[in-house]
Amino acid sequence: MMTTDNVFAVLLVVTPLVCAFFVMGLHWVDRRWCYPLAVIANGISFISAVEILISVVKHGTIHYRLGGWRPPIGIEYRIDLLNAVVLVIVSTVALVNLFASYNDISRELPEKKGTFYSLYLLFLTGLLGVVVTGDLFNLYVLLEITSLSAYSQIALGDVRRGPFASLNYIFIGVIGASFYLLGVGYIYIMTGSLNMADVAHLLTRLHYSQAIFVAFIFCMVGVWIKMALFPLHIWLPNAYTYAPTASGRVIAPLMTKVMVYVMIRLMFTVFGITYLFKVVHISQFVVWLASVAIIYGGLMALSQNNLKKMLTYIIVSEIGYMVGGAWLGNKLGLTGAILHIINDAFMTFALFLAAGNFAYRLGELTLDNFNDIFSKMPWTMAGFVVAGLSIIGVPPTCGFFSKWYLLLGAFAARQYFFFVALILSSLVNAILFFRIFEKGLFGGGGHHVSVRGEIQEAPVNMIICLGLISVGLVVLGLYAGDIVNTFIIPFIPQGLG
Amino acid sequence: MEQIYSIRPLIAVLISLVVVPIIIASGNRPNWREAWTFLAGIIKFGIVASMVSGVLKGHIYYCRLVKIAPGLSIGFRVDGLGLTFALVASFLWIVTSLYSIGYMRGLDEHSQTRFFSFFAVALSSTIGVAFASNLLTMYLFYELLSLSTYPLVTHHQDEEAKISGRKYLTYILSTSIGLVLPAMIVCYHIAGTLDFTHGGFLAGKASPLLLSILLLMFVFGFAKAAIMPLHSWLPAAMVAPTPVSALLHAVAVVKVGVFSIIRIFTGVYGVSLIKALHMGTVIAYICAITIVVGSLIAMSQDELKRRLAFSTISQLSYIVLGISLLTPRGMIGGIIHIVMHAFGKITLFFGAGAIFVATGKKYISELDGLGKKMPLTFLAFFIGALSVIGLPPTGGFYSKWYLVLGCVDAHQIGLLIVLLLSSFLNAVYFLPIVFRAFFGSPSDHEEIGVREAPKCCVIPMIVTSVISILLFFYQGVFYRLISIGLKF
Amino acid sequence: MQHIFQEIMGKYNYWLYIVLMMIGLYGMIAKNNLIKKLVGMNIFQTAIILFYISIGYKKGGTLPIIEIPHGHHSISPAAIDIDKYINPLPHVLMLTAIVVSVATFGVAVAVALKIYKEYNTLEEDEIRMRLRER
Repeated sequence: MMTTDNVFAVLLVVTPLVCAFFVMGLHWVDRRWCYPLAVIANGISFISAVEILISVVKHGTIHYRLGGWRPPIGIEYRIDLLNAVVLVIVSTVALVNLFASYNDISRELPEKKGTFYSLYLLFLTGLLGVVVTGDLFNLYVLLEITSLSAYSQIALGDVRRGPFASLNYIFIGVIGASFYLLGVGYIYIMTGSLNMADVAHLLTRLHYSQAIFVAFIFCMVGVWIKMALFPLHIWLPNAYTYAPTASGRVIAPLMTKVMVYVMIRLMFTVFGITYLFKVVHISQFVVWLASVAIIYGGLMALSQNNLKKMLTYIIVSEIGYMVGGAWLGNKLGLTGAILHIINDAFMTFALFLAAGNFAYRLGELTLDNFNDIFSKMPWTMAGFVVAGLSIIGVPPTCGFFSKWYLLLGAFAARQYFFFVALILSSLVNAILFFRIFEKGLFGGGGHHVSVRGEIQEAPVNMIICLGLISVGLVVLGLYAGDIVNTFIIPFIPQGLG
Repeated sequence: MEQIYSIRPLIAVLISLVVVPIIIASGNRPNWREAWTFLAGIIKFGIVASMVSGVLKGHIYYCRLVKIAPGLSIGFRVDGLGLTFALVASFLWIVTSLYSIGYMRGLDEHSQTRFFSFFAVALSSTIGVAFASNLLTMYLFYELLSLSTYPLVTHHQDEEAKISGRKYLTYILSTSIGLVLPAMIVCYHIAGTLDFTHGGFLAGKASPLLLSILLLMFVFGFAKAAIMPLHSWLPAAMVAPTPVSALLHAVAVVKVGVFSIIRIFTGVYGVSLIKALHMGTVIAYICAITIVVGSLIAMSQDELKRRLAFSTISQLSYIVLGISLLTPRGMIGGIIHIVMHAFGKITLFFGAGAIFVATGKKYISELDGLGKKMPLTFLAFFIGALSVIGLPPTGGFYSKWYLVLGCVDAHQIGLLIVLLLSSFLNAVYFLPIVFRAFFGSPSDHEEIGVREAPKCCVIPMIVTSVISILLFFYQGVFYRLISIGLKF
Repeated sequence: MQHIFQEIMGKYNYWLYIVLMMIGLYGMIAKNNLIKKLVGMNIFQTAIILFYISIGYKKGGTLPIIEIPHGHHSISPAAIDIDKYINPLPHVLMLTAIVVSVATFGVAVAVALKIYKEYNTLEEDEIRMRLRER
């Protein structure tokens, strides 16, 4: 166990936090500096995240004590392979999104630039904090920071529907966070500690305590609400669709994936595999629920007429993949779930980037607007096609490989319903995306002039961002083996099937 | 037997992919653009051919790209079987490119750059399947082929193309995702590997029932082999421009389907396992049904390309029937039919396209008397027909001869009768076309100045028909490659 | 009967917070007016805060302030009788949670204000009806 004074661990979270306030200040002084400062802050976080990842791979888990106080009295940042990878994902997506956001924000929220970038940085702070912390209560606080900035950003969106969607999200989100807090409270009563590693150690003797069982259920349900696991997902479609384009693009790929990370952290680090699979017998139910989530998400996506809404239901489906994979109870399933966190963050990001490009030029995102889009926006469509193929699960894109592990794990665990749900999901996704490709290839007759004038390709910076991520999807796929071996297999606890 | 590590398989696959950006960039200068296609095709064929002598000596060229997990990788492995398929596909690409120039320019088709680009990608995928060293790689390139041929099938971008495109994708994608992928996963789960191994790797790994179900999932999952009832996509795909129908749906796409099944038989299951499961007979009879029904439907089609499509469906099942016989002569007969049928069928499609370019006619009933105006076209068509029917002196006779011998070896007299019946039916629906063209009297409309098709269309036709005849005499290379590939 | 009575009276803090939580949830879900929903949300969060604070209580304990006159040397930890003082940690945690709760309430009220500006009503069913219309 290595205690380090790794400055990057704290720089990572503090920089965006502090800069958020500076950005707000700059909003009143000179608006042009808001964006560059946001980029710089995000850039520093990104560099810190990469440094941390390299350090963890070389030297092992990082333990950083805030203020030098020893746990369990002090708050400890504990970074092992799992959260190091998630940190890099979060900062990368946020950074690339900033590059793509300049045009959107200038158009959608010109007089609120400072507010928006400030909220953006707070969102980043919160996410990074949630991932990096090793303290249960600290997690709640950072989670609420994330959520509050998300609520505010969503309310800035579509004038008619944004605030209402945000308010519904607030209500359900508060219930989720409060459940989590309640669970932590129960854990605190029984163990007297809030430090994750400490609690893990103390819980080994408390497996048959009813209070711990209630704590577990509260924590899980709270986290499930926040990650939009069916049937607790009702807030997600509206909230993500009616957010400002730039916000939706960063919240959609990251928020739910980070919550999946939190679930895995709680499951495997705090409560432990003996508790999960030998003491508490809910894994079968959860896998069944995840399967239903997958199918439900797919079916709802099929019936949507708006591209963004369709994408949000795909997210609901993908959450089912990850939750099911983690609860399968074997190495393969967990590998698939963690690999899918990485892959899905980028796949969803690519999809929302493309959607942002379309929104920028087409205005309305109803599917009928996509006639002949291949000839009008070829580069965006190319990126969209790659992302779509990744969601369907066509090799060599990354989506295929996480699906591979999930399918293998499902078969090995004899969870045939989950297996079939995954296959059906691929087929449904194929229909979803090829519907759009088909529209884009045909329907040349009858020029559709959009709200925003003659349709042309999106601005260069947005295309480059999309291109980068789309190429990244293929690269991630080709390197899937290396990713699994370097980052995932070492994390998986011994004793898992 | 030596394993040679070489990047030649990789280059062979990638060369046409690499050329795609250049093709797109030279979109405004058609002659340059086509020149690049030719260059890529010649290099591809050259590299493929360069590996022939090594493989004939018993060497295997391999190249592993990415390792994902134990027993799970993406890589290439060139053996006799893959080399046979790759030789045919890469050679015919060169020929078809020449034909495409004549056809597309003759009809002044739109979006030619897109056409040539996706064609190149499709060929890349085809060679990728041919050289795949394991099920995963093969699946990867199989899917890439499905996706890259979709824009080609729907090239005309009209309502008919849209509907046909949908049918195409529905059949091909749903079977590969819904049947092949699960079967692959189960195979990996029970065997721990997906690498093609001589004699298969599934023996003894699971119950006979599960193995039989998996085999059926594979056979029907590779819907590109057009085994009934999953054949409807092929007639639907005839809406594509004829070069697409010729190369892809007579040679590349459909042969990828049967080739995949061949790999399953020889590299995943192994002849002895299939014999033990008694699945050889089952699959052979499924193919027999396809052969007969396909021929019967072909007789009822008046649109020329559709008749050819159903003929293809029928002929593909010859190949699968051949390997299902599980005897050396039957298997060689089936696999060498890939070569013979490719050259024969492509000639027929070239002919259909040439007729369309020269006269705009698509229906057989309109073709009476045309032979006098387009003698070369119909002569080539006649030779192609002979090859598909299986008469000497064309290559088709050779493969059919071995199939018949294979049936005798396997004591399957019923299948022998099916083969002979099918040949007879082939004659019934091909020969009248030629006779009426030469000896019929034209139905008396226009016929103004109908001449022979453009040179770029005629030359490839003549080349492939001549090769069909040559293959009757000089098929030794393929015979030896296949024998070595099957290790007989 | 005695046993149940003891269960309730002995653990009345838990029962109190459960009742409050249910009231809050009821408000959030069943009420139609957005502000009433917000109030329900606040009650819900307050219930949890009260719960936490209650668990720090010890019978006969007093405030955890140790009186040391200035200038004297510090007292060693062993000299402090922990049983005399209530647990300060839950209070500290709940300070943070109260801040979170207030911030959430503030954001929610701001959002509700925005909704009011757009729809001129705070009744949820009217808003939903208007959303369905346009």
